[in-house]
Amino acid sequence: MAAQGGGIDALGQFQLVPALGSYGASVNFSQSNLMMVLAGVLTLALLWLGMRPRAMVPGRLQSAAEMAYNTVMGMCVETIGPEGRAFFPFIFTLFFFILFGNLVGVWPYAFTFTSHIAVTLAMAAFVMVLTTAVALRLHGLKFFSYFVPEGVPKLLLPLLVPIEVLSYVSRLISLSVRLFANMMAGHVMLEVFGAFIVMLGGAGLIFWAPAAFSFAVNVALIGFEFLVAVLQAYVFAILTCIYLHDAVHLH
Amino acid sequence: MSENPGDDDGSFEERLAAARSRRGLDAPPNQPGNDPGGFGATPWGIGMRVGIEMVSALVVAVAIGYGLDRLFGTRPILTAVFVLLGGAAGVLNVWREFAPRQ
Repeated sequence: MAAQGGGIDALGQFQLVPALGSYGASVNFSQSNLMMVLAGVLTLALLWLGMRPRAMVPGRLQSAAEMAYNTVMGMCVETIGPEGRAFFPFIFTLFFFILFGNLVGVWPYAFTFTSHIAVTLAMAAFVMVLTTAVALRLHGLKFFSYFVPEGVPKLLLPLLVPIEVLSYVSRLISLSVRLFANMMAGHVMLEVFGAFIVMLGGAGLIFWAPAAFSFAVNVALIGFEFLVAVLQAYVFAILTCIYLHDAVHLH
Repeated sequence: MSENPGDDDGSFEERLAAARSRRGLDAPPNQPGNDPGGFGATPWGIGMRVGIEMVSALVVAVAIGYGLDRLFGTRPILTAVFVLLGGAAGVLNVWREFAPRQ
């Protein structure tokens, strides 16, 4: 438990432990990896089970699957432009991987793999490499004109180009830290207030009021966590779309 | 159907549009993508976004500056230069995100 030994161990929940018994331990398959697999399976299940009836008038699950498709397709086309259709599979995978990772992580005893900077940084690095590769492929060396702002005296360029390059590279950090920090902060808060409930509840009758207050806070936090889970997945996907828009159109 | 005998056919669309906008039936045209996560625009959310944008640029700049310093053995100089550049890039990031759109 969180309240063991008199202290609050808010970060212990982010520790990786081997999953699937000795098989997992022998290949370092942690619970984080298990959750990634689960997120992938849930995405596939939503689409496969949802679209199986192929009904003219969709049922609940089919509506959800169609809505998922339409939302992401709309996001791609409206943000990137007509070229966005080519990136639809990527954005869809990214969005639902993060979304299900975040949502499953709110479940008790589950693990949020997006609360690890290693995971989010890897995803952000993939997005950065992809956008740069797309820009280089489409525009060739003209891509580097992206770093040269328009209508600026030539004298200032040695100062402005490094700033633009730094701004471009800093997307890597901001994209990954945004998701990671939001998910980790939410789960630390949950853990801290959960420990308050246990510690105050066990401390005697007069502490039951603050314990009840902590419980109320935790209830609100769980709802907030769901909001953050969806919002951050959306933000990650839409920012990827915007970066791809920049890569496709330059400026 | 545009060859209707009704001579005010063209103005019908206009009158319909005017009536719809009078009753607030048409959603205001929104530009998706201009405001990432715009519906999370609480003061806390905005502060978080600004902070992340500024700090991330600074982190990248310090990392590059320190790395180049190690490479060339010019210990404090390049780090100092890149801290300034990183701060400027951070402000540029924030400006990109919150600048009024033309």
